[in-house]
Amino acid sequence: MDFTLTEEQQMFAETARQLFTDTSGPDQWREQMESGAARIDTRWNAIVENGFTLLMLPEDCGGLGLGELDFALIAEQAGYAALPDPLVDSAGVAAPLLAALAPDHAVLADPAGSIAIQHPANPLVADADIAAAIILHDGGDAYLATPDQVMLTRKASIDPFRRLFAVGWDKASAQPLGTADWALALDRGALFAAAQGLGLAQRAVDLAVEYAKERQQFGKPIGTYQAVKHHLASAQVAIEFARPVVQAAAAAIGQQDAHSRARVSHAKIVALEAADQAARASIQVHGAMGYSWEVDVHLFLKRALALTGSWGNPYFHRQRIAQRMFTQPMGPDQTFARDTQNA
Amino acid sequence: MDLTYTPEQQAFRAEVRSWLEANVPAGRLEHFDNSREGFEAHRQWEATLKTGDWGMVTWPVEYGGRGLDLIQWLIFEEEYARAGAPGRVGQNGIFLLGPTLIEFGTHEQKARFLPPMASGEEVWAQAWSEPMAGSDLAGVRSTAVLEGDEYVLNGHKIWSSRAVFADWAFGLFRAPGTERHQGMSLIFFPLDAPGVTVNAIKKINGHVGFAEIFLEDVRVPAFNRLGDEGQGWHICMATAGFERGLMLRSPARYQVAAAALAELWQQRKGDPGIDPALEADVVRAFINAEAYALSIYRTASMLIGGAKIGPEASTNKIFWSEMDIHLHRTALAILGPEAELLSEPGAHDWIDDYIFSLAGPIYAGSNEIQRNIIAERMLGLPRK
Repeated sequence: MDFTLTEEQQMFAETARQLFTDTSGPDQWREQMESGAARIDTRWNAIVENGFTLLMLPEDCGGLGLGELDFALIAEQAGYAALPDPLVDSAGVAAPLLAALAPDHAVLADPAGSIAIQHPANPLVADADIAAAIILHDGGDAYLATPDQVMLTRKASIDPFRRLFAVGWDKASAQPLGTADWALALDRGALFAAAQGLGLAQRAVDLAVEYAKERQQFGKPIGTYQAVKHHLASAQVAIEFARPVVQAAAAAIGQQDAHSRARVSHAKIVALEAADQAARASIQVHGAMGYSWEVDVHLFLKRALALTGSWGNPYFHRQRIAQRMFTQPMGPDQTFARDTQNA
Repeated sequence: MDLTYTPEQQAFRAEVRSWLEANVPAGRLEHFDNSREGFEAHRQWEATLKTGDWGMVTWPVEYGGRGLDLIQWLIFEEEYARAGAPGRVGQNGIFLLGPTLIEFGTHEQKARFLPPMASGEEVWAQAWSEPMAGSDLAGVRSTAVLEGDEYVLNGHKIWSSRAVFADWAFGLFRAPGTERHQGMSLIFFPLDAPGVTVNAIKKINGHVGFAEIFLEDVRVPAFNRLGDEGQGWHICMATAGFERGLMLRSPARYQVAAAALAELWQQRKGDPGIDPALEADVVRAFINAEAYALSIYRTASMLIGGAKIGPEASTNKIFWSEMDIHLHRTALAILGPEAELLSEPGAHDWIDDYIFSLAGPIYAGSNEIQRNIIAERMLGLPRK
C-alpha cells in the first residue's frame, strides 16, 4: 500500500505544467479567440515533441506505454492551463482505443495527428475537423473515418475553445475496426475530465488569490477579509478531497468492475464540482472584473461546465456509485476492494 | 502508487479481526462521558485491549506500542470500527498528546507517561481553552511559575472533554508577564492534585463529560513540562496538526456510519412518503467517507515517506466535520417522524450521533479558524 507518486511522475507533470502554462496563457488565449484558429501550431508541436500524445500508447505502437495515472497528471495540467488543444481525449481515450483494435494503424504512426472520438456518452464530437481520423460508433462496433469522409456540422459552445461537431456518416465510407471497449473508453474519458477539473479548480483559486492580494478596498487588500478568504478556503477543501479520488480512480481503472467504475464516477462528480465551485468563487472574488471578458476566470467556469456534462452527467455517475453501494459489501475494509474478492 | 495491501498487511488485518471478534464486548457500553460507571467500563475495555497489545500500535515497543506504521494503524482502526468496538476513552492522550510526546518528549518522559496512556491506566484530558481564550488560543492567561524544580500553576481552563473522570491533563500555561505566542509552556498536571477543582459542564446531549478546571497554586515537578520553556505554542500547533490532520478522526468510523446509512436507506426507501431524492444524499455520504479515507491513506503514505503534516491538516478537519453532519442529517431525513425519538438500546443511535456531530465544526479549532489557516498558510492570503 503506497499512495504516493513517483519522482518521475511528479517531474513529468511539472514539465507539462511548465509547457502548458508557457504556451497556453492569457496572450495565447486572446490570440486564438480573436483569430478563431483551430490551434496554435507551435504549441501543438511542442506538446507532440514532449511525447504527451504518445503517453498512453503501448510501446509496440511506438508509444510510451504509461498508464492512466501518468496521463491523469498531465490532464490535470491541461486543465490548469485551460489548454485548447485536443490532447486529452485524443491521447487519453481515442488513441488507446484505436491501438487496442488496430495496433498497426497508420494513424497511430504520426504522433502529431490527433484522433477524435464519437462516444455513445457524448452526442457531439470534439475537435473532429482538425483530427487525422475520427473514431465512430455503431452499436458496439467502432469505425474509423477521416473528416472529409463524414459530414461535420459545427455546434458553437459557450467555451470558446471547444470545437464541437455533429457528425453525419455512413458505414460505406468508414473503415470497420471491430467491437470496441466503449466502457473502458467512457471510464477514461470521465477520469481525464475529472483530472482536468482538478486543474481548472486550482487555477481558478490561484487567480482569485492573486487578485485578492492586490485589489484594495477600505484601505486594505480584499484578501484580508474573512468573507473572501472563506470562499477560497472552501474551494481548496473541495480540491483536496477530489485529488486523491482522481488518483485512486486512475490507479484502479483497469479492474473494470463495480468498484473501479464507482471510483471513476466519484472522481468525475467531485472534481468537476470542485472546478465549478472554485470558478464561481473566483468570479465572485474578482467582483465586476470577474464578470468581464477581459479577466480570464470565465474560461475556467466554461470548461468546467462543458466537462460536467461530458462523459456522463452527474446523475449517470451517481447511479454507478449506487450500483456499487447496493450490490457490493460496504465498510472500512472495502476501500480498495475488487468485485472478485467478494465473488 | 500501489493501492493493494501486502500479504503482511492482510495477515495483520486478519489478526486484528480475529482478536476483536473474540474480545469486543457485546452491546454498547454506557458512554464514557455519561457517568463514572460508563467511564470505568471503558477503562476496563482499554485494559482488555492492553492484553492483546493493541493500545496504540504505532508507538515504539518500549513505550507500550507495537512499532507499526501508519498503514497498519489505519488497518487496525478499520477493523476496530468494523467490529463496533467501544469508543476510546483515552483518545485525547493516545491520539493527540501521545504523538506529541513522541516528537518532543525526553526518553524519561516517554517511559513515564506513554505506557500507562496506552493501557488506559492513566486517562488524559486536554486543558487548553480558557473563558477568554477559545479560537484565540494565544490569549491564554493561566500561569506557570518555576520555583526550584517545581512549577506553580494558576488559572482557569474550560471545555475540557473527559476531565470530569480523567486522571491527568495537559495544559497550556504562560510565564507571568509574557504575551501572545511567547512564553507559553505545555505542562502536565494530575486532576486530583491539591489546588485543582474540576466542575462538570453538561453538554447539549445531557452528558457531563465536559469540565472547567480551576488551578490554585497547583505544584507539579518541572519534569512535567513537555519541550523547552516557552516552546508551548509550537508544541501545541504540532498537537493540533495530529488532531486535525490524521489521528483524532480516522476515516473508518465514517465508513461504518455510511454503510449503516445505506442499510437504513435500503430498508426505508420503499416506505410511503419517503423522498426518493434522498438517495443522492445517501450516495454523497458514502463518497464523502471514501474521499476522506483515500485522503488519509495518501497522508499516511506521505508521512511514511518522511513528509510532515502542514496546514493542509485544516482541510481535513473541515471535511470530516461537515460530512459527519451531512451524513446524520440524511439519516434523520430518512427517519422522518421517528427522527426525534431517542434510540432503543442496541439500535443505531442516529439522533445522539447527530447531536454529537454538531460539535465537530467547533472543537479542535473552529472551522472558521481552519478556513483562515487554509487561506493564509496554504493559499498565501494576507493576515491583515
